[in-house]
Amino acid sequence: MQSGRGKEARGAPAGTERGSLFNDARVRAVIAQVVVLLLLVGAAAYFSYNAYQNLSRAGITTGFGFLSQPAGFDVSQSLIAYSSKSTYADALLVGILNTLLVSVLGIIAATILGFFLGVVRLSPNWLVSRMAAAYTEIIRNIPLLLQILFWYLAILTPLPGPRQALQLNGLLFLCNRGLLLPRPLPAEGFTATALTLLLVVLLCLALIFWSRRHQQRTGQRFPAYWVSLGLLLVLPPAVFLLTGSPLSWEVPRLSGFNFAGGITVLPELLALWLALSLYTATFIGEYVRSGIMAVDKGQLEAAHALGHRPWMTYRLVVIPQAMRVVTPPLISQYLTLVKNSSLAVVIGYPDLVHVFAGTALNQSGQAVEIIAITMAVYLLISLLISLVMNWYNKKVALRGL
Amino acid sequence: MQAKQTVRAAVASAVVGILAAGNLFAATLDAVKEKGYVNAGVSGKVIGFSAPDAKGVWAGMDVDFARAVAAAIFDDPEKARFTPVAFKEAFTALQSGEIDILARNTTWTYSRDTKLGLEFVGTLFYDGQGFLVHNKLGVKSALELDGASICTQSGTTTELNLSDYFASKGMTFKPVVYESADEATVIYDSGRCDVYTTDASALAARRAILANPKDHTILPEIISKEPLGPAVRQGDQQWSDIVRWTLFALITAEELGITSANVDEMRNSANPSVQRFLGTSEDMGQFMGLTADWAYRIVKHVGNYAEMYNRNVGPDTAIGLARGVNALWTDGGLMYAPPVR
Repeated sequence: MQSGRGKEARGAPAGTERGSLFNDARVRAVIAQVVVLLLLVGAAAYFSYNAYQNLSRAGITTGFGFLSQPAGFDVSQSLIAYSSKSTYADALLVGILNTLLVSVLGIIAATILGFFLGVVRLSPNWLVSRMAAAYTEIIRNIPLLLQILFWYLAILTPLPGPRQALQLNGLLFLCNRGLLLPRPLPAEGFTATALTLLLVVLLCLALIFWSRRHQQRTGQRFPAYWVSLGLLLVLPPAVFLLTGSPLSWEVPRLSGFNFAGGITVLPELLALWLALSLYTATFIGEYVRSGIMAVDKGQLEAAHALGHRPWMTYRLVVIPQAMRVVTPPLISQYLTLVKNSSLAVVIGYPDLVHVFAGTALNQSGQAVEIIAITMAVYLLISLLISLVMNWYNKKVALRGL
Repeated sequence: MQAKQTVRAAVASAVVGILAAGNLFAATLDAVKEKGYVNAGVSGKVIGFSAPDAKGVWAGMDVDFARAVAAAIFDDPEKARFTPVAFKEAFTALQSGEIDILARNTTWTYSRDTKLGLEFVGTLFYDGQGFLVHNKLGVKSALELDGASICTQSGTTTELNLSDYFASKGMTFKPVVYESADEATVIYDSGRCDVYTTDASALAARRAILANPKDHTILPEIISKEPLGPAVRQGDQQWSDIVRWTLFALITAEELGITSANVDEMRNSANPSVQRFLGTSEDMGQFMGLTADWAYRIVKHVGNYAEMYNRNVGPDTAIGLARGVNALWTDGGLMYAPPVR
């Protein structure tokens, strides 16, 4: 509209006085935006400068130089090599990765459980649907903080100590130090199996893609899923056996105070992951339910009339249409989950807030810089998730509307 | 809760950084006189240093120190108010002017003194880091702790000493770190950790609140120097002088044998040092903007260092600590004050 009016203004009859630039709505809009932007940048610059001045006058060290200095503290869980000699920048990375770890695990579990809840709640089976409803109403109405504390203080820390750990065949152990799992130790020659697996997966994807196009072109169906499953179950294990089973397991064993070897899943991670997943799943479940209910009844009837079985009706007709409704709120649930993971701080899970905005802040004393970095990281993670999910949303959205 | 506190502290410091108009770091004494009380940031939870007693009255070394400052200024120890600050927000609270003194059993270190815009005025209590373990582990020495899970509080010198100590002994440990000492204690008691570590004085206080205090032992090793002392904002020399000489006055009073009981008769003492100290011969207070009897007020209302020590952490209290290195230098300890002259 604006550009239209602008053209009109310019196309004023010849001979009349040439209109001032301010009469051009488009120019006015640009000028207004530039002015607002300049004001914003100016204000930000003024506040930063002022903060810097005041901090240095108060004798408080400022700047980002601390990031390259040794942090001096240890962290209970790290996905990268980290020790007390590592730098503050490493500590930041450890925090980010731990936040991402619990967020990704939480998003996966919450999505699976949420879809299950949403579908089950619409089940014609009275008992099953009532149970799903009860679960949803109880879990989503209890504050997340309490749930995290419940899992941590009431379930996981009262477990027996390492010497009396609950165990499964001497392979899995559960105690107040966490869940201990055997660690796979790939020997020489395992790369062959791994490469085969990768190739087979790529092959299966190509096969499924080809079979879809084949069906669209010719109407003939090719059992791509069954063939893929067969390939997956036969080829990699065959290569694995042919190369002489080059994989061993490091089983956790009791040594001194704790278990040594294996993989330790900290009770802090378990508690946070359980609470985040179970809580977020209730919201996702409700969105899935609303999405399914938003699909027109006529669509179901049409699918039945075409002879689709219930499962195929769901897969081909209901779910794709429901996803249009489900995706936007799903995005915000994912974002919420990532941000809620900062409640980790109450149970000492070493996430970004605990490690960086907590320990590192106090050890370095550079509150302003560290809080700014922490906020920027959360913003970046959230924007990335939004970006990916918006791309997905565009894919599933109704075209042409 | 703690997360919110961090954010609050950070926002407070940011707001101060951004908006402070310049007179924030000037005359603290005038500001204190104007509002009528000294605001001290304390831990609020460490028995013997700062915690409400059975009657709900604040008690402890840090609390008494703040009362001494209030007594020197107002002749009234009750003109000290106590703000419990979480460890995480302690430094920011002082930087931003929320509190006038930080008396929070805080360790004086190089980087805190130089980087944070703070000034530690001296040492109120010489402490060191120790380890608390459950008896059933049969551990007799910290050197046997290789591979142990250790509970502690985040952001403390304790956390750094722990890493240094284990690295220097070629041992490993699994840190389990919490925001608050309370939570670390509760979780240690649940068995999640083999060891709880903090300053030895606080270990004794913490052990007292465990489910079965007798089942736990403090190991003999002290792995660090923890000089705990009050801190003030950097840049207000008058205020830091007042707080520093309040500390020295407490020690000097013990040296001179002046107690809250005999301070009135000591005013008639013939000893020139005592006369100078109590302001009967010269006005020593004027150079700090205080009255001549500033030290008299401190001793009259709060007592000397020995009284303060014995009342709060001494052998007859629940904490039960001997004077040790906190004795006067004349008794083989480290407590020493420059002369008041």
